[in-house]
Amino acid sequence: MSENAALLTVLFAMIGGAIRVSTPFIFVSLGECLTEKSGRINLGLEGTLVFGAMAAYAISFLSGSPWLGVFVAGCCGALLGAVHGWVCKLPRVNDVAIGIALMTFGLGLAFFFGKPYIQPAAPRLPSIPLADWTGNASLATALKVNPLFFVGIALAVFLSWAFRNTRTGLILRTTGDSAAAARAMGVSVDRVRLLATTAGGFLAGVGGSFLSLYYPGSWSEGLSSGQGLMAVALVIFARWDPMRCLFASMMFGAAGAIGPALQSIGITQGYYFFNAAPYVVTLFIMIASSSTKGALASAPGELAVTR
Amino acid sequence: MSFKEMDRRTLLKSAAAGIVGVGAAGLPLRAFAAAPTIGIVYVGPRDDFGWNQAHAVAAKALKSVPGVKVVEEENVPETVAVQKSMESMINLDGANLIFATSFGYFDPHMLEMAKKYPKVEFRHAAGLWTKDKHPGNAGSYYGYLNQGHYVNGVAAGVVSKTGKLGFIAAKPIPTVLLNINSFLLGARKSNPKATVQVIFTGDWSLPVREAEAANALADAGCDVITCHVDSPKVVIETAERRGLLTAGHNASQAPLAPKGFITGAEYKWETIYKDFAALIAKGEKLPNYVRGGIDKDYIANTAYGAGASEAARKAADAATADLKANKPYVVGPLKDNKGNEVVPAGKSIDNYDVALEQTSYLVEGVVGSIT
Repeated sequence: MSENAALLTVLFAMIGGAIRVSTPFIFVSLGECLTEKSGRINLGLEGTLVFGAMAAYAISFLSGSPWLGVFVAGCCGALLGAVHGWVCKLPRVNDVAIGIALMTFGLGLAFFFGKPYIQPAAPRLPSIPLADWTGNASLATALKVNPLFFVGIALAVFLSWAFRNTRTGLILRTTGDSAAAARAMGVSVDRVRLLATTAGGFLAGVGGSFLSLYYPGSWSEGLSSGQGLMAVALVIFARWDPMRCLFASMMFGAAGAIGPALQSIGITQGYYFFNAAPYVVTLFIMIASSSTKGALASAPGELAVTR
Repeated sequence: MSFKEMDRRTLLKSAAAGIVGVGAAGLPLRAFAAAPTIGIVYVGPRDDFGWNQAHAVAAKALKSVPGVKVVEEENVPETVAVQKSMESMINLDGANLIFATSFGYFDPHMLEMAKKYPKVEFRHAAGLWTKDKHPGNAGSYYGYLNQGHYVNGVAAGVVSKTGKLGFIAAKPIPTVLLNINSFLLGARKSNPKATVQVIFTGDWSLPVREAEAANALADAGCDVITCHVDSPKVVIETAERRGLLTAGHNASQAPLAPKGFITGAEYKWETIYKDFAALIAKGEKLPNYVRGGIDKDYIANTAYGAGASEAARKAADAATADLKANKPYVVGPLKDNKGNEVVPAGKSIDNYDVALEQTSYLVEGVVGSIT
C-alpha cells in the first residue's frame, strides 16, 4: 500500500468514525447541555443511555419496528430524567449524588430486564447510502449514515438557536443562571428544571437506542463502556454550547477511529497510545483553550459545580 | 466477624449433618458421597456467544447425565464474592467438585477455598496451577483452542481472495498470541502468501471499538475476519454486514452470520466435565492437570457455514485429521515477525509442549506488534 492510499484509508476511517461513533455522544451531550442550562447536573445519563439501549433493542425485537424501539427508549429515558428532576425538587437534595444513584439504578435495571435479549437479533435501523454514486467502496461505506445522525445535527442547530432566540430559551437560561431572577419573573424554577431534565433524559435514551440498534448494533452488558459519562464531560468541554457539543462529539468519534485504523494499515507500535487518542486530543484542546480569567464564564451560574 | 461467620457455618453444617443422619437412620444406606454434585462459576453472562456460553453449553450437557447434579452461578466477579459463591455451593448444595471458569478466580480465591475445604475438589480453567506450589485438591484444565484457530486458518486461507486476513484481539497475552499465530500458520498452509493483520483493542469487551476494528480491517482489504475477545458477537455481525467472511471463536457464532460464516474454534468443555463426573461416580481420584485439543475432543470446529467452499472444507478436514493424529503444526524453520528465529529448520514444537502456552511473539506473516 502506498503512502497516499494508507493516509486516505485513515482519513476515511476518521470521517466514518466521526459519523458512526459520534451519534450517541451528540444525543447525550445535547441532553445534558439542556439539563445543565437549567442549572442542574444529571450524572445519571450513563444509566439512561444503557437502559435506553436495552429498551430499544427489546422493543425492536418484540414489535419488529426499530423506530418504535427508538421512541420507547426515549420515553424510558424521559422517565428516568423525570425521576431525577422530581427527587431533586425535594429540599436539600444533592443533584450530583442523585445522578450517581440513578446511573447505578439504570444500569442494574437494564441488565436485569436485558438478560433475555442478549441472544436474539432484533431488526436494526436503516442507513442512508450517501456516497454510493462515487463508486469508491471505502468512501461509500464511510458515508452510510443513519438518519439519527442528521436528527442530532438538526437538534444541535435548533437548540443553539432556541437558547438565544426564544422565550422558552430565555426562561431556561435565566433559571440556570439565577434562580432568584427566574422567581422574580414568576417562573417556577423547579418545574423548568424538571422539564429540562426530562427532555435531557429523552435525548439520552434515544442516544442509547442508536448503540443497540445501529452501531455496534446489538445489546450486551458491556455495550456503552462509559460513553454516557464521557458525553457528560463533553458538555463542560463544549462550554454549554450545543454547536460545540456537536463538534466535540464528532471529534471524539473521529479520534476514536485512529487507533484501529492505524493498526489496520500496519502502524502497529504503541496502539495503547493511539487508542487513548480521543482523551489525549480532548486534554490538549482543554489546555489550549483554557484561560486564567473567566474560564467558566459560560457556565450556568446555578450549577452545583460553579456555585 | 470471621468468628461469627464460622459459628453460623458450623451450626448450619452440624444441623445439615443431623438431618442427613436422621434420614439415614430410617432409610437403607446409600452412598451419598459418590453422587457427583458439580458447581460451576461464571464471570459473565451465560449467553454471551463466547467464553461463558461455551462453559454453559457444557454444563447443560452435564445435566443430562443421570445422577449428576449441577449448580451454576453467573456474573460472579473475580473478588471475594467468588469465595462466597463457592462456599454456598459447598455448604448448601453439597458440591464435591467446583469448576472455576475465570482466570482471576484462582489466586487467592480458589486457593483459599481449597485449603478450607480439603475434601472438595477445585479445578481452574487456565494454566496457573503448579504441583509443588498449590494444594492437591486443586488443579487446572484447559483445551488447546489454538488448534481450532489453526483449522480456521486453513479454511480461511483457501477462501480468501486477497490473502489478507484480519484478527481482532483483546490483549497481547500468551493464549491470544498463540491463537493469532496458529491462525496464520493455518492460512499459510493453504496459501503461503497469506498475511494476518492484527488489531488489539486493549480490553476484553469493548463493543464499539471492536466494531470500529472490524470496519478498519474491511477498509484495509481484509476479506476474512476472526477474533479473540470475550464476546465475538459484535465482530461477527459487523463483518457480516460488510460482506466479509468470518471465522468464530469460543462458542458457535454460526447463527450470527448466515452468509459469511466459515467455521469456528469451539471449546467442548463437556468432554472434560463428563470425564470428571464419571470419575467422581466411580470414587476415583481426579487428575490435577488436564490438557487436550482436537485429539481428545476438548476442541472442535463449528459445522461449516455458507462461507466455506468445498475446497476449504476438504483442506480443513485434512488439518483436523492431522491434529487428531497429534501431528505437530508449529514446524520450523519459523521466524517471528521481527526476524528472530523461533523454531529452527527440521525441528517442531509438539502440540502438548508448554512452550506453546508461553508464546510471547507473533510469527512472520502477522502484521502487528505486541506493544
